[in-house]
Amino acid sequence: MATAPAPFSLSASTVPARLRAAAVPAGTRGRQPRRGRMVVRAKIREIFMPALSSTMTEGKIVSWAASEGDRVNKGDAVVVVESDKADMDVETFHDGIVAAVLVPAGESAPVGAPIALLAESEEEVPLALAKAKELSNGQPQQAAAPAPAEDALATPPPPPTPAAAPAPVSAGTKGIASPQAKKLAKQHRVDLAKVTGTGPYGRITPEDVEAAAGIQPKPKPAAASPAVAAPSAAAVPQAAVLPPVPGATVVPFTTMQAAVSKNMVESLAVPAFRVGYPIVTDKLDELYEKVKPKGVTMTVLLAKAAAMALAQHPVVNASCRDGKSFTYNSNINIAVAVAIDGGLITPVLQDADKLDIYLLSQNWKDLVKKARAKQLQPNEYSSGTFTLSNLGMFGVDRFDAILPPGQGAIMAVGASKPTVVADKDGFFSVKSKMLVNVTADHRIVYGADLAAFLQTFAKIIEGPESLTL
Amino acid sequence: MQSTAAVSVSASAITSGSGARSEAARRPGGLRVCGLRREALACSSLRISQAPARLAVARAAAAAATNGAVAGSGGFDYDLVIIGAGVGGHGAALHAVEEGLKTAIIEGDVVGGTCVNRGCVPSKALLAVSGRMRELHDEHHMKSMGLQVSSTGYDRQAVADHANNLASKIRSNLTNSMKSLGVDILTGVGTIVGKQRVRYGKVGFPDKEITARNIIIATGSTPFVPKGIEIDGKTVFTSDHALKLESVPDWIAIVGSGYIGLEFSDVYTALGSEVTFVEALDQLMPGFDPEIAKLAQRVLINPRKIDYHTGVFASKITPAKDGKPVLIELIDAKTKEHKETLEVDAALIATGRAPFTKGLGLENINVVTQRGFVPVDERMRVMDADGNVVPNLFCIGDANGKLMLAHAASAQGISVVEQISGRDHILNHLSIPAACFTHPEISMVGLTEPQAREKADKEGFEISVVKTSFKANTKALAENEGDGIAKLIYRPDTGEILGVHILGLHAADLIHEASNAIALGTRLQDIKFAVHAHPTLSEVLDELFKAAKLQPREERGSKPSQPPQPLLKALSFITALLSSSIRDRQR
Repeated sequence: MATAPAPFSLSASTVPARLRAAAVPAGTRGRQPRRGRMVVRAKIREIFMPALSSTMTEGKIVSWAASEGDRVNKGDAVVVVESDKADMDVETFHDGIVAAVLVPAGESAPVGAPIALLAESEEEVPLALAKAKELSNGQPQQAAAPAPAEDALATPPPPPTPAAAPAPVSAGTKGIASPQAKKLAKQHRVDLAKVTGTGPYGRITPEDVEAAAGIQPKPKPAAASPAVAAPSAAAVPQAAVLPPVPGATVVPFTTMQAAVSKNMVESLAVPAFRVGYPIVTDKLDELYEKVKPKGVTMTVLLAKAAAMALAQHPVVNASCRDGKSFTYNSNINIAVAVAIDGGLITPVLQDADKLDIYLLSQNWKDLVKKARAKQLQPNEYSSGTFTLSNLGMFGVDRFDAILPPGQGAIMAVGASKPTVVADKDGFFSVKSKMLVNVTADHRIVYGADLAAFLQTFAKIIEGPESLTL
Repeated sequence: MQSTAAVSVSASAITSGSGARSEAARRPGGLRVCGLRREALACSSLRISQAPARLAVARAAAAAATNGAVAGSGGFDYDLVIIGAGVGGHGAALHAVEEGLKTAIIEGDVVGGTCVNRGCVPSKALLAVSGRMRELHDEHHMKSMGLQVSSTGYDRQAVADHANNLASKIRSNLTNSMKSLGVDILTGVGTIVGKQRVRYGKVGFPDKEITARNIIIATGSTPFVPKGIEIDGKTVFTSDHALKLESVPDWIAIVGSGYIGLEFSDVYTALGSEVTFVEALDQLMPGFDPEIAKLAQRVLINPRKIDYHTGVFASKITPAKDGKPVLIELIDAKTKEHKETLEVDAALIATGRAPFTKGLGLENINVVTQRGFVPVDERMRVMDADGNVVPNLFCIGDANGKLMLAHAASAQGISVVEQISGRDHILNHLSIPAACFTHPEISMVGLTEPQAREKADKEGFEISVVKTSFKANTKALAENEGDGIAKLIYRPDTGEILGVHILGLHAADLIHEASNAIALGTRLQDIKFAVHAHPTLSEVLDELFKAAKLQPREERGSKPSQPPQPLLKALSFITALLSSSIRDRQR
């Protein structure tokens, strides 16, 4: 991969290269000594997976030249490792006894991971074995690795329940992980035994492992967060790279910010239009005061109202994916824009038309917590069919949202403010009024559609009893 | 001098045959060495050999026009009846017509057999899709070429339709080609009822009987399903179902890591599935050259969403039902102890293929199948229970199990037709290439390195191995597809090519230069001077041939690409003399 070797004519199948394995005293690896006897640990050394090339991230043990119990001398080849380039003999730096093989032949380990334990003398062998047990507990080694006998007792994942046992349908067998999940677990050193599977039959999916490893789900182009950014910012064409201002600091986008940027530019391809609507919110505010103690937020009330209105105007809940057709969504999932550290994300209230406001509030609380911890699953932020963005709490009276890709409409809600209104008889009164502005894709949603939707929405807000049903 | 060398080479491929055809086959062996003059000669001999073939076609056309007016000679209804219209039967039928034989083909199912309907052909359609998906998904790859692709997706039904449409198109092509040449396509299941007699008709009602001077059995094979495995066609299935692509499971176990399993793993992972291989032997891809298998694992398995269990049998597979997933019980291949139970969404059984030879009526002619395969000799002549050749009866293709590949069946069919047309012919199976259409592809011809070493030990010669990398090939680098190697196993003393194995971009198309060289007996000392267009992937093989080091031995029979030095000097002297004398005269 690095350089293109000129046509080579090797007749040997492996590159006979020798490499020294880094074997350092185990105690120096930042592990906290837990028990008194671990004082002697310095005499047990770990043999690590060496980095055989600059591109190598993990290596496969082709074979162990030394087996457990063998005495090895400094410079002996103990193991053959297959990297992304070649097979190499790996030597040990120290004399000792191979006490425990942690990664058996045929399995892979990431660069730097311990692959065997070297004890200095016979006496240390039991200690090394105890340590091996400890290590294998902390690592996903459940793939039927021939572990030492005493190890078997300590291995947490129980053997899969026999097929004959009529397991309950929903429960499934614990600890089953998909091939990619296993690979990722190894790569990120995630203990599969501690991961809760969310896949079919309770299976551990790659997403579960990534979540457990604290990895941001990959920003899929279509599934990333939409934004409520100022229109002028999005209007800057990306192609033109402006020269840096002298003295300015350039901070590259994080992946999330890059995804937002990409989505914003993409949105320029959609012919969007906006319709605004003033709505009197006195009754909604009254309702809010009543349900607030039960944990219901204004966001949830607005989402619920939008969902109920969408149920009557399915075209606003539709999307145009190919420029040729309407895609009517079977569910009404309200995405709500949330500002988080270094960006924004849109957790999705699924089936907002069907669930009651208390349940939605509960869901919302969970979603926000996860969003702040950056632990949302892809389906929890990318499954929205309609987006709600509320900047009312900042005192913004009206704003204009950008339509996220894959959705037909987005609603921008401003603050509710006391306003002098005149009724049809000419009487003045002061009512709370908020301005709602919806941006929609004109390929599928027409002006009258949006107006009718807003009218329904306004009716629900102005007579909010139905929200509590 | 050159042509003697060529004869000795082709002796392994063609036995003591005579006539223009085999003569022509030999000639190219000595072609390059001979220089221009010989080339012209070889060409002329080729032309001669084509003449009778053209005549035969004309005759066949006449036969077609008169629709059977030319009756099978000697009171037979047909000169040749082929049971089974797969690729093998089709190849035999076309060649038989060319030879002027009155030919019929019996098919109980659909024309095209496994290859066209349930094998090579539809799978290539799926693999074409998977190749493109892979390219589009590989953002890094795209980006390094300066391309941007926003989002990719696929429509499963449209993919499935593409495969199905391709199969029907090829099927109709095949049918039309036979019809237009005048091959009678008889519908029904054929049974041999006696010497040179075949009955055919609906299953159980073979009501029509015909006689044929010669009969070829070409009934092919069906997917082999080991016992303990329950096929439901939805969650546990064979390649027959998988090619319809009725679903793309999240997680599929593929039992068997040969060609079929490997190709399907390519398709499924490209479409988003995760794959678990179950292989009974200790190594994945057991049929491949070990080095190629190892690299293939690095390129085709490790970076993908694939894991594997080797050295295990799937002793019991239960389809998904009652809210439970597909359950696969794995036992150790040696100790037979239960090792693990897999829970997956689907299982593809790709454990090989079993011959389809039931109901052929072989008992009527005292032929006993071996594990279902029809025993044949090297000329594809069927052997009876006593080990004697059954006259006028041949078996080709998967049904004889010699080499279960579509093009091998066809080649065997052509070989049989050659024989019944009065020209002895033995097919060199070592010259038949094989390919696995993964991304990148794998292809091979001849022996693997261990096979070659074994043969070398037994027969007492040396072998050498050279390799070239796709990383050094301009075209591959331009495509950003530098993964892959080509490997050549040869005899350094004679320059004979024993085997070539390729893993890399378009390997399946590249192998033919090597397989043709083996078939024609071309030696390395000759082929290394052949010119390859630059820049092309074929230069990978060019490099390979050039990298081969041959022993500089006088007795190496086919070496004399240069005339002895003294002779050359004498020649140039004479030429110089002549030209100077001409010049003199002109003055």
